[in-house]
Amino acid sequence: MTSIDPSSGGGPADLRLRAPEHRVAPRAILWWSLQALIGWLVVTLPQAGLLLFTDDAPIGAMWALWACVTVGVLHVAIMPSWRYRVHRWEVAADAVYTQTGWLTQEWRVAPASRIQTVDAKRGPLQQLLGLSTVTVTTASAAGPLHIEGLEHQLAATLVEELTATTQAVPGDAT
Amino acid sequence: MTGPEGTAPGGGPTPDQPSPQGPTGPHLGPAGVGPSQQEDAISPPKDEDVDQSPFGPDAPPPPELSDPDVDEWRRLDPRIIAARPLGEAAGLLWLLVVALFVGGDNGWQLRIAGVVIVILGVNGLIRWLTTRYRITEDQVLLHTGWVFRKHLSVPRDRIRTVDLTSPLLHRVFRLVVVTVGTGHSATSPDELSLNAVTAAEAEQLRVLLLQRARAGGEAAATKGAAEGAPPDGDEVGETSPAGATPREDGEPVPPPDQLSRLRRSWLRFAPLTLAGLAAFGVLFGTSYQALEGLNVEITDSSVLAGIQEWVTALPAPVLVAVAALSFLVVMVGGALVVYVVRYWKYELSREHDGTLRVRRGLLTTRSVSIEEKRLRGVEVVEPLLLRSAKGGSADAIVTGFGALSGDRDLLLPPAPVTEAHRVAELVTRTRPAPTLTGLARHPSAARRRRLVRTVVPTLGLLGGLAWAVVEGPVPVWAGYLGLVALPLAVLLGVDRYRNLGNQLADRYLVGRRGSLVRRTFALRTDGIIGWKVRRSLFQRRAGLATVVATTAAGAGHYEIQDVDVARGLAVAEAAVPGLLTPFLTEGPRPPVEHHADDLSERDGRRN
Repeated sequence: MTSIDPSSGGGPADLRLRAPEHRVAPRAILWWSLQALIGWLVVTLPQAGLLLFTDDAPIGAMWALWACVTVGVLHVAIMPSWRYRVHRWEVAADAVYTQTGWLTQEWRVAPASRIQTVDAKRGPLQQLLGLSTVTVTTASAAGPLHIEGLEHQLAATLVEELTATTQAVPGDAT
Repeated sequence: MTGPEGTAPGGGPTPDQPSPQGPTGPHLGPAGVGPSQQEDAISPPKDEDVDQSPFGPDAPPPPELSDPDVDEWRRLDPRIIAARPLGEAAGLLWLLVVALFVGGDNGWQLRIAGVVIVILGVNGLIRWLTTRYRITEDQVLLHTGWVFRKHLSVPRDRIRTVDLTSPLLHRVFRLVVVTVGTGHSATSPDELSLNAVTAAEAEQLRVLLLQRARAGGEAAATKGAAEGAPPDGDEVGETSPAGATPREDGEPVPPPDQLSRLRRSWLRFAPLTLAGLAAFGVLFGTSYQALEGLNVEITDSSVLAGIQEWVTALPAPVLVAVAALSFLVVMVGGALVVYVVRYWKYELSREHDGTLRVRRGLLTTRSVSIEEKRLRGVEVVEPLLLRSAKGGSADAIVTGFGALSGDRDLLLPPAPVTEAHRVAELVTRTRPAPTLTGLARHPSAARRRRLVRTVVPTLGLLGGLAWAVVEGPVPVWAGYLGLVALPLAVLLGVDRYRNLGNQLADRYLVGRRGSLVRRTFALRTDGIIGWKVRRSLFQRRAGLATVVATTAAGAGHYEIQDVDVARGLAVAEAAVPGLLTPFLTEGPRPPVEHHADDLSERDGRRN
């Protein structure tokens, strides 16, 4: 293996990661919206309750509530569609490739030969919407790869496919 | 599994029930008289022949252990019935002394202590009675527990490390805790502990378990396509002479190859480690918490009250001097004590069975064996204080330690940083040491980010301080004092940037970051099992990315922070050829960074 010459500037100047091939299910937007909405309701409702039902709410409680509501509305309005544009996945011949995030984005590549387990799971909201999250675990402590918001059927097929690929490769994936 | 008529060794269990089945197999003592020679081989009579330190200087000859079919359920050494409860009670003894000292003698502490000791003793007995282990052809099994029974099994070909630890009381009884590590795995436990066996048996287990692991590893290496070239297994014979200055001179010597050992002069680095302060803090914290828990009224103590009275009577300058002096004494003295306790008789060696072995410890002795084939790299760690004195330590990047491995991956305690790089060179068999690779500097946008990250929070804090000064609760001089933080923040940011670097050396991905603790990792490229590229909004605007190599070894992920995207991807692609290829394109040139700038900066860098 050759080392990269420090004076070469590190290869082609315009080397970039391309986007993975597939988008997730469009219903994922709804799922992320609901998730965010529930999260913000948990934060804002007790505050609103405090303001409505007590007389001696601390000074600034009103401001805090308005701040939370503003950030919350912006978050629920912007995040899900942004996320949908970012979240993509691809299963190539010998690797799984995902792109996730919105403000901070993350690209991950895991070679099929290093995959330890593959599973699909559905939270209550996802069950309601017919979505699944596929989790691909490698031996690394860096955490598993997640493909969120896939159709049930597609997720099941994907898990089967990846499990078959993984089992075809011997070794302990470390 | 057969059911032989086990006869117990001295102090062992009574003869068995005839041929029981299942998990609670025959009660064969650790020195069990088995039906075959092999069984004698793995567990010879031990009480007499252990006249050496827990870890003998040399490994016993492996041939007698070469047959792995020593397939019997064994008990731990019966002496553990006494040793472990005593050790646990000793931990409480400290609290008892403190309680008596500051809380006055009420007598009830003693009664509680008595009850606790009885409980610990009974627990120890039950634990011994219910614990059995067995080494089959391909697994290490451990059955333990009384109310909650636990059955652990570890595949032998996944064993990467063997840790022999002997706390003080275990040493009195010549016992050793054997911990085998397998690395992160989704399907089996990370590690398995035998607490405890005799020193001689521990040594034999170490050799046996690592032998098997190596055989398994070789098999996997030939099968697995993803497994890179096995690291230089045939170079093992080409060892350097054991001695004060081991170098790769190529003179084969029978005893294990000593790579490094503790020098007295290294003690000068001890006070720079802050370990003394940390130890003191922990000691203080736990005692205080325990006393709170025992409802001992600390302020009642006449001793402490006397000290307090004496201290408050001192004039202010003297008080400051006394405080500074005691701080210094605690820091230096404590650090020296901690250093000696941890690293006494430190020795790093390469054994003939293809393992690296670190031995150390004054009270608790420790011997960690790392299968060399599983070594995935080295990390040189330089905390700021140590770095200022040209000191540093080295850790192994290795599969086989769980996330909570503590300092088990230590290769070199705080020492001259040249020694750290020398150790890196020796254990990786790469010359010059991969950690000494000339690193490419990151683009200047990275400097801006480091500065923003340190200066902006400082400005926030200063704003708060200014508000507090205006509002009155804080004196003005404290506000001016706070301004000192600003240049410090700038210096920190600049130093962080200066320390950023990356390079692909031969077979090693090398990266560096950090200021308060600077870490330089050299990760074997065949240990990389995936990539993660992270870009925040700001990083995208600046054309930067954080490229993370994921691996099963060490911390699991090694970051190249704020690298130019194209450069980071090029390094990643070259490190693991082919993995990223299908996902790369040559898009439009990133608008922000200019490589010409990086070049000029880089040329000024060392090389």
